Amino acid sequence: MTDISSRVAKQGAFVRSELLPMAPPPRFSVGTFGWMRRHLLSSPLNAILTLLGAYAIWIVAKGLIEWAFVDAVWRGADRNACLASVASHPVGACWAFVHAKLGQFIYGLYPASEIWRVNLCYVIGSVGLVGLMVPSIPFKAANLVFMLCLYPLLVLILLSGGHFFAMSPGAWAKFGLSLVLILAVLGFLAWWTKLFDPGRLFKLWACVAAGLAILLSLLQTDWGLMPVRTDLWGGLTVTLVIAATAIVLSLPIGILLALGRRSRMPIVRTLSVLFIEFKRGVPLITILFMASVMLPLFLPEGVNLDKLLRCLIFIAFFWAAYMAEVVRGGLQALNRGQYEGGHALGFGYWQLMRLIILPQALRIVIPGITNTIVALFKDTSLVTIVGLFDLLGIVQASFADPNWITPATWATGYAFAAMVFWVFCFAMSRYSVFMERRLNMHNK
Amino acid sequence: MRVVGHEQEPSQSKAIWYNPRWRALLSQAILVIIVVWFGYEIISNTIHNIHRQNIASGFGFLHRTASFGVSQSLIPYSEDQSYGRVFVVGLLNTVLVSVIGIVLATLLGFVLGIMRLSKNWLISKISDIYVEILRNIPPLLQLVFWYFAVLRALPSPRKSLSVLDWFFLNNRGLFTPRILFKPGFEWVTVLLILAIVATFFLMLWAKRRHVRTGRRIPLWWLGLVLIVGMPLLGFFALGAPANLDFPHLKGFTFIGGVKIIPECVAVILALTLFTAAFIAEIVRLGIMAVSQGQKEAAASLGLYPRIILRLVVMPQAIRVIIPPLTSEYLNLIKNSSLAVAIGFPELVSVFAGTTLNQVGQAVEIILMTMAVYLSLSILSAVLMNWYNAKMALVER
Repeated sequence: MTDISSRVAKQGAFVRSELLPMAPPPRFSVGTFGWMRRHLLSSPLNAILTLLGAYAIWIVAKGLIEWAFVDAVWRGADRNACLASVASHPVGACWAFVHAKLGQFIYGLYPASEIWRVNLCYVIGSVGLVGLMVPSIPFKAANLVFMLCLYPLLVLILLSGGHFFAMSPGAWAKFGLSLVLILAVLGFLAWWTKLFDPGRLFKLWACVAAGLAILLSLLQTDWGLMPVRTDLWGGLTVTLVIAATAIVLSLPIGILLALGRRSRMPIVRTLSVLFIEFKRGVPLITILFMASVMLPLFLPEGVNLDKLLRCLIFIAFFWAAYMAEVVRGGLQALNRGQYEGGHALGFGYWQLMRLIILPQALRIVIPGITNTIVALFKDTSLVTIVGLFDLLGIVQASFADPNWITPATWATGYAFAAMVFWVFCFAMSRYSVFMERRLNMHNK
Repeated sequence: MRVVGHEQEPSQSKAIWYNPRWRALLSQAILVIIVVWFGYEIISNTIHNIHRQNIASGFGFLHRTASFGVSQSLIPYSEDQSYGRVFVVGLLNTVLVSVIGIVLATLLGFVLGIMRLSKNWLISKISDIYVEILRNIPPLLQLVFWYFAVLRALPSPRKSLSVLDWFFLNNRGLFTPRILFKPGFEWVTVLLILAIVATFFLMLWAKRRHVRTGRRIPLWWLGLVLIVGMPLLGFFALGAPANLDFPHLKGFTFIGGVKIIPECVAVILALTLFTAAFIAEIVRLGIMAVSQGQKEAAASLGLYPRIILRLVVMPQAIRVIIPPLTSEYLNLIKNSSLAVAIGFPELVSVFAGTTLNQVGQAVEIILMTMAVYLSLSILSAVLMNWYNAKMALVER
């Protein structure tokens, strides 16, 4: 080999001893042009589709931009600003209307002097939520306890004013006595059946009793806040109250229903199936009608539940049925070996579920849970139909204000509400994608 | 080896609360007691309240005169007819918008789902944006938007938007031509039925021939020619025994043709656009669920892309698509009840709304309404399960 090349070299022929630098790829196969050729113009049909698509986007985008920005009215004191005759150009969106009504859209008819209470709820809630959602922030467990136990109570007292009842010393004595009595009965049962360790039972009961006492004293304390009836609550606040309550309640109820549906006990199973299939078979609106017109008939004479509360309970149970089906999917996806392994370790049913089955099952169904939560959030708007003023309800109610009746008002109000709902739903689905990736890291 | 029954079973030696069977029985008994007590409380309270408030009970009200008008009805209805008739009118309207909504949403959803998978970036992006926007806005908000902000804001009949001067859209609704049948048209219908029967037999024969000889005939085209061509030929041979009645402006409104009230247009529009976004996702995931190997194997057998899609990808994708599609259809049917917000006379609006307000028998009316949706759900679930079982993978 070498002597061939040396011979060739002697004869003066040219032999390349190193590689040529690589030629650049053809100009139209890389960069923007290449990308366009591959993704937009790969065939005549595709080129036509691209043109059609671009035309459609042009039409829609042009209309939207003209409506929302170019022809929009941004400032104004009343309807006159948004009339084409006054503005001397065709009027698109009337953002001045949203600007004027923004307070109502967020707080409803909540008394102006008390709005700091709603704001306080928003601030504390968002700080707590950020603390829960950003993985690198510590104190997750403490935060969770705060957000699930104390925060709802805080919101309840702040928004409604608290002081739901007043307890006399006699009532406190009765309360204390009944706590002791129940402890005695439970202690006797524990001693007799030997199912529980009396020491642990005592500790547990002390916790429950302390919790109840704190709860009662907080609810009966007069905080000096002006009471605000729930029919004055409204706007985004009500939407968020309904959504948050329904999400927090429906997930645990849904898990219980899913476990019930997979239970070996026939009565538990049948009742769970009946409940789930009934709720999934009827529209939410009929359930809300039931809450608003049928429930008062179900209650004993003289008992009146607040309308918002009635809707809250029914919405939570309605979505619990959907959550149950999602969770059941996760339970069914688990390998039998997981159950058998747990049994082999001597775990009881609840230990098995809590420590082995549910952590895995719930991780599998995060996308399903998110979908349900997003659907739940969207469907909070249905309470408008039974006369509660959530965001959509208050927006629609504000159309009746004679100061702001213009041809542009309706579309503007709905567009604003749609944007708010969209931002929440989109953010939730994105966060779930992020969480899913993070939790599945071990699989990658 | 000697087998010794050396001990009693542990569960027999200890107290019954250590025995899982007894525990299960006990907890179920407690559950039954709670449920029965709960049901008893509700029923006794309800009976007490109904007596106290002097509310009638029973289903007698269904025969009483309703005395309110309904803006759209598929069957003849007038104010002096009964609440029972109102129920049927509402039910039919629910079925009407549901069926139209399902058909349109399926078409749009499949187009969007396939667009999303297109190699063309722009087309795929358009579908993506559509889905992300539409499915994150509450259906009720979309419905009231279409009705109050769009359809009610349309110009008056004099300035209506028109397509070909056949279809007119204005704030009174959508006006379309109506087909007027003349005597002799029944023969066209007979021809159509004959053509369908003939196509069916042609299909059987073609399949047998395909199995026997391996040769195919262009069945699609033949069937199309038969089903469209035969009635069309007959139609002209009989001297065109039908014509179109076009809507036209008279005074302040349109007469002639078919009038579709704006509420109906809004419901169908909102249900279709909202549900299509979900169907698009279902279709996309269904097609993506067919493994790449299936397509590559088919291509290596020398099949055309079109044939691969029809014979290899679609049959497998359909299996994945059907179950979620069913629940999407059920959601659409249930969402049609949102029409109560704009006063479209469907079941919830005329029955659980107006009738309930007039009669006041909340228990009977709400239960009847729920029963309708429940049976619709159960019916579709049964049908789809049957179809699903038919389409399921047959493993040999």
